[in-house]
Amino acid sequence: MSIIQVRHLSKHFGSFKAVDDISFEVRKGEIFGFLGANGAGKTTAMRMLTGLLQPTSGEATVAGFDVGSQPEQVKSRIGYMSQKFSLYEDLTLAENVDFFGGVYGLSDEQIRRKKEEMAEDLHDPGAMSHLVGSLPLGWKQKLSFVTAMLHHPDIVFLDEPTGGVDPITRRNFWKRLYKEADQGVTLFVTTHYMDEAEYCDRIAMMVDGRIAAIGTPAELKREMNAASMDDVFVKLARGGVRS
Amino acid sequence: MTAFLGFMRKEFFHIFRDKRSMYVLFGLPIVQLLLFGFAIRNELNQADLAIWDRSGDEITRELTNKIFASGTFVSAGVIHSESEIDPLFKSGRARQIVVFEPDFAERLAREGTAHVGLITDASDPNQAQILQAAVESIVADARPTMKVSVRMLYNPQLRSTNLFVPGLIAIILMIVNALMTSISITREKELGTMEALLASPLPPIQIIVGKVIPYLVLSLVNVTSVLVVANVVFKVPFVGSIPLFFAEAVLFTMTALSLGILISTKAKTQQVAMFVALGGLLLPTILLSGFIFPVENMARPLQVISNVVPARWFLEIVRGILLKGNGLAELWEETLILAVMTAGFIALSLKNFKIRLE
Repeated sequence: MSIIQVRHLSKHFGSFKAVDDISFEVRKGEIFGFLGANGAGKTTAMRMLTGLLQPTSGEATVAGFDVGSQPEQVKSRIGYMSQKFSLYEDLTLAENVDFFGGVYGLSDEQIRRKKEEMAEDLHDPGAMSHLVGSLPLGWKQKLSFVTAMLHHPDIVFLDEPTGGVDPITRRNFWKRLYKEADQGVTLFVTTHYMDEAEYCDRIAMMVDGRIAAIGTPAELKREMNAASMDDVFVKLARGGVRS
Repeated sequence: MTAFLGFMRKEFFHIFRDKRSMYVLFGLPIVQLLLFGFAIRNELNQADLAIWDRSGDEITRELTNKIFASGTFVSAGVIHSESEIDPLFKSGRARQIVVFEPDFAERLAREGTAHVGLITDASDPNQAQILQAAVESIVADARPTMKVSVRMLYNPQLRSTNLFVPGLIAIILMIVNALMTSISITREKELGTMEALLASPLPPIQIIVGKVIPYLVLSLVNVTSVLVVANVVFKVPFVGSIPLFFAEAVLFTMTALSLGILISTKAKTQQVAMFVALGGLLLPTILLSGFIFPVENMARPLQVISNVVPARWFLEIVRGILLKGNGLAELWEETLILAVMTAGFIALSLKNFKIRLE
């Protein structure tokens, strides 16, 4: 069963085709990687799927709702984690959870339980009253993900979630993503890191607003006759003019 | 509703935890009030004044006493010849010299009038005028036959505090609402939290309203405290209706808020927002509203421009309410202009905010 269905989706800014007629499907519980050079249209595509941007043409459904006509329903079923971690640095961890929990309509009881879980998870009962700005980057990233998952969304969109984080923290972060995927959450991830691409169940490679290739990492490597995802990327991106 | 309350709570945290916001919110109005109130005064206290009494009779002594009893002047001594004038001014020991002509009392009795000469250091022309007016009014009070007609309406002592407090209120409302909201919204854009908010099920209008209401509340608290300090410390009168004043203040706050939102829909960074708010809103509020320079004294093109400066109309409203006790009957025109402007700005900023989302 496909939780995301995209058919002939396009976004034009004037004469510039940021996203040019893309079609694909994402299955429930899948980790779907969205790859491409800077300016290939990844972020624009993701913004349409999260209801932030109105498509120029084509259609897409996310969790059964049309992104163009039912963005509010879409928004309440998805989680979103931007590359900047989107937590308030001048609020404490607990206050961030209070705030985002409230935004997503969680009850006080649910918020309280969530905070307890987090404190346990961090092995530091005092951590919840620290300002987020004073926490190490790896923590922020982890917490930002937990915040995106507060309301138990069906799908979480992650926009370059591991930018600027060290390899060990990245590995731990991916373990976490696997755990969520095992529980049936669908993860839609954009990334620059080709080693991360290998962790995904399936990958779409974007070049100049179009999907140049789609499939499992093994399939793509075989098709392109490449040794690694790095090679696949270079071979595909070479054809692009925008980057 | 809980989401909305949580939103406002969060905004208060942002404000109260940011030192700079706190300075701007609570430090700036107090500093400005004290600065304008004590340091930058147009009226003078204790100006040095010398007397050249060439008559030395009962009446000149009485006038001299009256002049110093007013508290405006302190004695810089007595002189006895023309040659003493120049050194006195050059050394800065006196700003003004009062000269009574010889046989002052006799002349007054015989001809019904006598001459009081005023020699004033006019290197600061504004001060010189004020000093002269001060002596003129004292002399005229003491000897009505001298027919010096100085009459001031609404601000009989020509007190500058009465004039600057309305301007200060306009500036505070502009700074707090336009500058701080535009910075606070662009900060969320820079940090990426705005994206997280827009990706949440909260409707955009709630995001905006939740962000601006704390500033509205805080700026009204601010205005109230300025009014209280102005009234208690500087004895600025409040003649008119308090509810009307606050209704007008809310109207002007909404003008400033919508301008702040408008700026933040265009500006990508906090710096840009700050420059646009300071240059595009605060400077006109200070310079073109009539706060410092009367609109009537401006060059024609500037007078025309001043019509689109919201603070110009707000200033007239506040001065009317505070000093003259005007009601809506007198102020409906200014209020209407301000309301139409505000509606226009709100429509424009909402439209821009929507476009940015799509």
